[in-house]
Amino acid sequence: MYLSKLNLDQKLIHSSRNAAKVIADDVQKFIDEHTTTSTERTIARLLGVDGVDEIDKPLPNVLIDNIKEGGGLERGIAYWLGNAVVQTGDQPQEIAEKIARGELDITRLPAANEEKIQGTVFEMAEERVEKIKTNRNKREELINTLGEGKKPYLYVIVATGNIYEDIEQAKSAARQGADVIAVIRTTGQSLLDYVPYGPTTEGFGGTYATQENFKLMRKALDEVGEEVGRYIRLCNYCSGLCMPEIAAMGALERLDMMLNDALYGILFRDINMQRTLIDQYFSRVINGYAGIIINTGEDNYLTTDDAVEAAHTVLASQFINEQFALKAGIPEEQMGLGHAFEMDPDLENGFLYELAQAQMAREIFPNAPLKYMPPTKYMTGNIFKGHIQDALFNLVSIMTNQGIQLLGMLTEAIHTPHLQDRYLSIENAQYIFNNVKDLGNEISFKDGGIIQTRAHKVLTDAEELLNEIANNGLFSTIEQGKFGGVKRSRTGGKGLDGVAKKDSGYFNPFIQLMVGGGK
Amino acid sequence: MVDLTRVKPYGDTLNDGMVQLSFTLPVPYGDEANEAARQLAKKMGLEEPSVVYSKDLVGYTYFILYGKSVHTVDYTKIEVPKVDLDVMSKEEVEEFIKDNIKRDIVVVGACTGTDAHTVGIDAIMNMKGYAGHFGLERYEGIQAYNLGSQVPNEELVAKAIELDADAILVSQVVTQKDVHIPNLTQLVELLEAEGIRDKVVLTCGGPRISHELAKELGYDAGFGTGTFAEDVASFIVTEMVKRNMV
Repeated sequence: MYLSKLNLDQKLIHSSRNAAKVIADDVQKFIDEHTTTSTERTIARLLGVDGVDEIDKPLPNVLIDNIKEGGGLERGIAYWLGNAVVQTGDQPQEIAEKIARGELDITRLPAANEEKIQGTVFEMAEERVEKIKTNRNKREELINTLGEGKKPYLYVIVATGNIYEDIEQAKSAARQGADVIAVIRTTGQSLLDYVPYGPTTEGFGGTYATQENFKLMRKALDEVGEEVGRYIRLCNYCSGLCMPEIAAMGALERLDMMLNDALYGILFRDINMQRTLIDQYFSRVINGYAGIIINTGEDNYLTTDDAVEAAHTVLASQFINEQFALKAGIPEEQMGLGHAFEMDPDLENGFLYELAQAQMAREIFPNAPLKYMPPTKYMTGNIFKGHIQDALFNLVSIMTNQGIQLLGMLTEAIHTPHLQDRYLSIENAQYIFNNVKDLGNEISFKDGGIIQTRAHKVLTDAEELLNEIANNGLFSTIEQGKFGGVKRSRTGGKGLDGVAKKDSGYFNPFIQLMVGGGK
Repeated sequence: MVDLTRVKPYGDTLNDGMVQLSFTLPVPYGDEANEAARQLAKKMGLEEPSVVYSKDLVGYTYFILYGKSVHTVDYTKIEVPKVDLDVMSKEEVEEFIKDNIKRDIVVVGACTGTDAHTVGIDAIMNMKGYAGHFGLERYEGIQAYNLGSQVPNEELVAKAIELDADAILVSQVVTQKDVHIPNLTQLVELLEAEGIRDKVVLTCGGPRISHELAKELGYDAGFGTGTFAEDVASFIVTEMVKRNMV
């Protein structure tokens, strides 16, 4: 525990947090009244439906399309599957296969007694939730026996497009010292309204997130973890149109970290805001229960907006993400709130502003494993200067006790990382983290100096913005382009046709079983 | 005195040919690995190759190596296709539009296909621009529409027709496995099919895009790294006048 270095105004922090709570409460009301096709597909997956039909359409999609066509989306798949199990005696997987073969129309079965349906579904759901809990316990056990890397965790990406090649690169990175391996998804996957199936070897700028790919990489990292004597965390991307489905797959295959931020999808992938906020809630419930650390995407605002001028939007969004995470039962220890080192390197005293921002996030969210993103916008192809930019980024991180360090690559802006790029960036971080380890504890910042003044200004602006959003609502704020300088409309973007209002008979057993039940 | 017909790298003495390079070989670390790196360098035309550093990447070995290039190039014979124009400042472009085109011009831009990286198109089009160079949105006389990321070619063409665009800008950042080539080609084909290829100034840009490649694919110009909005704007307005699109 260390003392505040920034002398932040506690009243402003309190007011910001309150405003963020008002914002989240308002959106949660909307979320609670609605469901989506992807949320329902997730429930189907969690109840054991997997695989594809003869044209490679995933069975969860087959199933949900069937209830949607039958006008039953509003009732939810738990009800329909429960009813079908009661009426046919088949398991969910068999039911989905029958629908795929055109042998069954799930909404046309006679209705069983509702209590019986619920009882049947809850029994199945409890069993599946138990499996996720087992995964969570297994992770804890492995961390206890193998140990883990020191914070900030060294986080690197692999992105070959071929899961088997990703595995080789991931193992190599772990042997160099990486603590977290993120498998970048193929470009465009976030806009697919289904999750591809099976192991994949073709992707652009990344590899498809599939359950089989998760399983293969998990196994490889467990093996290399044994070898290096450190638990290696696996990260993927729980965002886009299939947000909660990816969460379910990750929970079942023991992923450890997930990028998980609706605002990111809204702003940068033009996904409809209603759809993805509803999806985000269920995905966070699953991630929370599964012990998965979420990573939020505030860093991205600074790639389209200016890192100095828009710094307060990052802080404001962190406050909002904290409240949304709490609603879904995610403890602070699993909130990897995001920010980034993206100021123009030509800026005088830019390093001091970066330091102020990182220290401020640390002091305002003391228990969150903050996820710190490296310079990307001002990386030029000059790998030598880039390596120094990354060094300054590492310096800020160790001085301010960040949690998850997404390592900058000297070849950023040129290509996806080569094998040696990861080694060089790990070496860079290890050198600085070790060499400067306790500097943060040794220094204090000048009262009223550049760093304190900067932090105070950003906090003041964030508090003002949060209260404005609390008055206008989150939806309208996004419509006005307050985040990332990007405007999105409430009814625009992709995926709105997958949103439905729940009817009175709707239920989702997993929300009840998972919220707050992880620990 | 430099002999421009026989140019080679300059390390610390003219014509010493010194080159630094780094790479990884998929072989275990050790003397054999270093020798493999040296032999490879020789095949690349580097004399006296010297591995100054090698690192065990477990099953792989990373090298930093220096050598003296035996090859030379004739600088006097070099021809590089370039966008041939005098770059105007933002104000000069605005003036040029007023004087020579006498109406607002419409520019539509997008990051197309599966590409989600808007940093390039944003730098050229968005109000704020990049590194102090304002984007096209801020130009008087230019109506700029940035459609953002992952825009299908079909949608871009439809939008260009709807807005009666004078110019189309396509950004391609992700070029892994040459994914940008078929995508850029398809856009040209679509524009031709719609019969509007000749009615627009068509340009593309990105870190791996050269003017030569762009011309080959049927574009009017290609812009690489280091391009600012005024470069693109100057090209568009000059080309419009040249092609009598006013």
